[in-house]
Amino acid sequence: MAEHLLDARGLNCPLPILRAKKALKDISIGEVLEIQATDPGAVKDFEAFCRSTGNELVESKSNQGEFHFRIRRGK
Amino acid sequence: MEASGSNTKRLSMIVTKGTLDWAYPPFILATTAAAMGLEVTMFFTFYGLALLKKKLDLSITTLGNPGMEMPLMGTHMLMPNLLGALPGVDAMATAMMKNLIKKKGVASIEELRQAAIESDVQMIACQMTMDLFEFRREDMIDGPVLGGAATYIETATKSDINLFI
Repeated sequence: MAEHLLDARGLNCPLPILRAKKALKDISIGEVLEIQATDPGAVKDFEAFCRSTGNELVESKSNQGEFHFRIRRGK
Repeated sequence: MEASGSNTKRLSMIVTKGTLDWAYPPFILATTAAAMGLEVTMFFTFYGLALLKKKLDLSITTLGNPGMEMPLMGTHMLMPNLLGALPGVDAMATAMMKNLIKKKGVASIEELRQAAIESDVQMIACQMTMDLFEFRREDMIDGPVLGGAATYIETATKSDINLFI
């Protein structure tokens, strides 16, 4: 399955969420969007976003100021 | 991704301020709520009408903002209210703010407003204050409809979140 990447590094709230929302619309249900961000607020934001939208937060990890998320499109 | 059903939450807000700093809360909340599946309505009135102009020309002032601290050379500079009375100070503060916004990867108001429109955020312009300030419909962007207090109240009674900004 092809993985899709969104580079949201250097972008501040609410851009990571807005860009992710747009990117998710362009992938199929079940596919995974990988997101790179530098905004620390994005960690909790993506958790809330996934809970509210029925998308699955497959992975959320941080590495020296960079945050990586993988979200599977739910519906 | 989301269908409008009985589970859909709604956010309504009254937007009353027209400065650059106060433009952010309404547009950030509206776009984020829309991204999270809420139906959003923004009612722009009084100085909030400035946020609907085709050509945005927003600024900030040190006046009335005693908590304003600008990052400066590794520390922060408090901006005393009185400074705002001096010519050029508000223009400088506005320039500093715009610079910071760009440097920190924060979205511009133009970008946020466009995102709001693309997410089908309902925008209503207060008819009375358009008339009061003699703003012309042509000076505003195309999307918003004109309405009055009753329009807002009806929307608010159906909304889960109601904000006054």
